[in-house]
Amino acid sequence: MEIKYLFYLLFVVVKMELYEGHLDIKDIFNRWLDEESASNYGAFIPFIGTIRAEDNIQGLSFDIYEPILKEWFDKWQIKANSLGAKVKMAHAIGDVPIHTSSYISAVFSPKRRVALELIDEFVEDFKANAPIWKYDLIDGKRIYAQDRSTPMNGAGLLL
Amino acid sequence: MVKVEFLGPIDRDMIEIEASTLLDVSNYLKKDQDISKWLDKCAVAINDTMINDLNTTLKDGDKVSILPPVCGG
Repeated sequence: MEIKYLFYLLFVVVKMELYEGHLDIKDIFNRWLDEESASNYGAFIPFIGTIRAEDNIQGLSFDIYEPILKEWFDKWQIKANSLGAKVKMAHAIGDVPIHTSSYISAVFSPKRRVALELIDEFVEDFKANAPIWKYDLIDGKRIYAQDRSTPMNGAGLLL
Repeated sequence: MVKVEFLGPIDRDMIEIEASTLLDVSNYLKKDQDISKWLDKCAVAINDTMINDLNTTLKDGDKVSILPPVCGG
């Protein structure tokens, strides 16, 4: 890894935020705005994931494998940094009731085009490769959402 | 011995097996009916780094993680 990226990860790194239960989106959102208020970014695009009421679920539940999630997020920070931008992310662990939020991410960049493209790429890769497993909460049971899940890059290696 | 851990919805405790490459791990897991059905859709990490080469060598104490399909957000 190049020295400048090592320096970035050691000293400028943004920590991903993991919380037990649903996220306080307004608190996180406001804090991120405050943190970047003097950073001279011209574009700020958040993406928020909220649990919908569907298929009789009471909520969703999440398992996270933190070491690989951190590695995945660090790579995205390096990519964002190379474009002059910054990504932030928070996610829930455990049970999240309907009509509350489990996820927020945001891109800060000097201009809108980088932010628009980066938030799209980031969220899509998050859905496909962040090591997070989703379960429906139905009648007190935790049921793996297999039909909505995506094999990660490199899946099938051991077949 | 290497450790093999099954993440997320795979309902199995960590095991320890003799393996010198990921191919050895594959051959071992294919014999397990409950686990083999997951293998076509699972990714693999060694010591928390994602791996794409079945010939990757393993050393004593390595941790192999089996990662089933994901859905964050």
